[in-house]
Amino acid sequence: MALLTRPATETPAPPRPAAPARRRGRTGRWVRDHLVTFFGIAALVYLFIPIAVVVVFSFNAPEGSFNYTWNRFSLDAWANPCSVEGLCASLGLSIKIALLSTVAAVVLGTLAAFALVRHEFRGKALANVLIFVPMATPEVVAGSSLLVLFVGTGFPLGQTTIFIAHTVFCMSFVVVTVKARLVGLDPRLEQAAQDLYANRWQTFWRITFPLILPGVVAAALLSFSLSFDDFIITNFNSGSEVTFPMYVWGAAKKALPPQINVIGTAMLLIALAVTIAGRVVGDRRAAR
Amino acid sequence: MSVAGAPAGPALGRAAAPEAGPGGPASGARSGRLTPYFLLLPLGLALVVFFLLPLLSQLNSSLTSGGLEEGYRFDWAVGNYVEVWLDYWPQFLRSFLYAAAATVLALLIAYPLAYTIAFKVGDGWRPVLLVLIVAPFFTSFLIRTLAWTTVLADDGWVVAALRGSGVLFLTDGVGLTTDGRVLATPLAVILGLTYNFLPFMTLPLYASLEKQDRSLLQASGDLYASAWDGFWKITWPLSLPGVVSGTLLTFIPATGDYVNATFLGSMRESMAGNVIDALFLRVRDYNHAAALSISLMVAIVALVVHYVRRAGTEDLV
Repeated sequence: MALLTRPATETPAPPRPAAPARRRGRTGRWVRDHLVTFFGIAALVYLFIPIAVVVVFSFNAPEGSFNYTWNRFSLDAWANPCSVEGLCASLGLSIKIALLSTVAAVVLGTLAAFALVRHEFRGKALANVLIFVPMATPEVVAGSSLLVLFVGTGFPLGQTTIFIAHTVFCMSFVVVTVKARLVGLDPRLEQAAQDLYANRWQTFWRITFPLILPGVVAAALLSFSLSFDDFIITNFNSGSEVTFPMYVWGAAKKALPPQINVIGTAMLLIALAVTIAGRVVGDRRAAR
Repeated sequence: MSVAGAPAGPALGRAAAPEAGPGGPASGARSGRLTPYFLLLPLGLALVVFFLLPLLSQLNSSLTSGGLEEGYRFDWAVGNYVEVWLDYWPQFLRSFLYAAAATVLALLIAYPLAYTIAFKVGDGWRPVLLVLIVAPFFTSFLIRTLAWTTVLADDGWVVAALRGSGVLFLTDGVGLTTDGRVLATPLAVILGLTYNFLPFMTLPLYASLEKQDRSLLQASGDLYASAWDGFWKITWPLSLPGVVSGTLLTFIPATGDYVNATFLGSMRESMAGNVIDALFLRVRDYNHAAALSISLMVAIVALVVHYVRRAGTEDLV
C-alpha cells in the first residue's frame, strides 16, 4: 500500500529543472528499495512463525492431552518419540509408501521425460497436456475419483491403493523436473559417445544418466516429500491404514501429543541436512 | 521446480535440430519411430487407468441414482447436480471466494519476497534464501496448519495486538472476523490457505524475475524513467508468466483444500472439500458426492481457461 502512495508525489517532478528532479528520483528509489526488502524480510518472518511454534512446542509438557498452550519445558517427547501409540507405526508406513511410490514415479516419469524431450512423434502435444492435467486437478477431485473407481471395481482399499494414488500424482511432477534437466542437456555429448563406438546402453549409463542425475535426484526428493506429506488423496484411498498425516488428522480431534511436534521438527532438520548436503556435493562437483 | 531448468533457454533450439536431421543412431528407422511410444507407455497406462478412468467413473457415478441398499442404476440422474447445487452452493461459493482471497494475498506477500531474492541480495545469499522459503514446508502440512491455531489463539498476543491496533474492529465490520476473535472465522481460513500455498506462488515468481535482463532496467533509467515506471513498464510485464503460473498453482489447490477450513474455521467456514469428504467418507452418498466433485472440477477448469486466455492476451499487448 505504501508502495502505491510513494510515486504519486514523484510524477509531477519532470517539468522542474533536472538536478532536483534527479535527486528526488534517487531518494524515491532508495525508499522503494528498502521498502521492498522490508516486505521481503517480513514475508520470511511470516513463513517461520508457525515453524517456531512447532519447534518450541516440541519441548512442552502439555497439561492435558492437547499441546496448544505452553505448560512447562520438558525433553520427554524428544526422549521417547515413539511412546505414543500408533505414531511411529504411521511414520513407518508413510516412509514405506513414499519410498515405493517415489521409485515407481521416478522410473515412469523419467522414461516419459526422455520420450518428450528427445523424440518427435505424433501425439506429443496431447501427451504433454495429459501429463499436466493431474497437477492442475484439485486433490479432492483426484482422490475421490480414485475412490469411486476402487469401490466400483471392488478393489480393497489399503496400502496398495495408497501406493497407486501417490505414484499417479507424483509422476507428473517427476516428468516436469526431469524434463527441465534434459532440455538443458546438449545432445551432442551423446552423439560424440556414439561416434566413439559406444552402444546405446553404454551411452545411456556412462553419459546421459550421470548428466541427468541431479534432475532425477531432485525429482525423487520432490516426489518423496509430496507423498510423505499428502493428506487429502490418502484420506480417500487409505481404507483403515494410517499414514503419518492421517495420524495427525485423527490426533487433532482426540489428543495432540508433543511427539507430533518432535517429528515435525525432525523432518525439518532432516530436510535441511539433505539440502545442505546436496549443495555441498553440487559445489564440489562444480569445483572439479 | 523450473529453477532447475533456468539455463535451458538456448539449448532447446539446439536439442531439436539434430533430432530432426539424420542424427538418429543406426538402429533402424522403424524401431526409432516407436521408441517414444514405448518410453511413454508405462506412464501413459498408469495415467489412463488411475487418472482418466477414475474421472470417468466419477462422472458416471454422478449421473447414477440409487444407493447402497437398493442398488445403483445409471439413468442420467441430472437431479443429483441440481440437488447438490441447491444444498451446498454456500460451501461451493465459499471455496472460490476464499481461494481467490488467498491467491491475491499470496501474490502480495510473495512478490516482494521473490523480488528481494532476485534483485536485492548477493549471489551467495540467494540459494540460502530459496532453501529458507521451502524449508517450512518440510514439516507436515497438517502440523503447520495446527500451529496456526496456537498463534491465532483468542488469548494469544497476536490477536491481542490485532485487537489493540483496531484491525479486528475493521475486519469485524466487513464480516471477516467476529467478536474480536480470529480463530473459527473466514480470516483464519484465508490466512491458513495463503500460508500453505505461498511457496507455490513464490517459486514461479522468483524464476521469472531471476531470468530478466537487468540492462533493460538500466536503459529505462538512462531514459529518465522513474524507478516506479521501470517497475510497472518492464519488471512487472516481464514477470507476468510467473504471476500466471503462481496464481494457478495457488488457486487450484486452495479451492479444493479442506484442511485449513477444518482446523482454522468452524462449520460456518466449511468449503466444498469438506462436503465432498463428508459425503464420500461419512454419509457414503457417492452419487451426490461425485456430482459435487465433478461440479468443482468443471468450475475450476472453466475459471482457469478463462483466466489463462485473458492473461495470455494481456501478455501480448
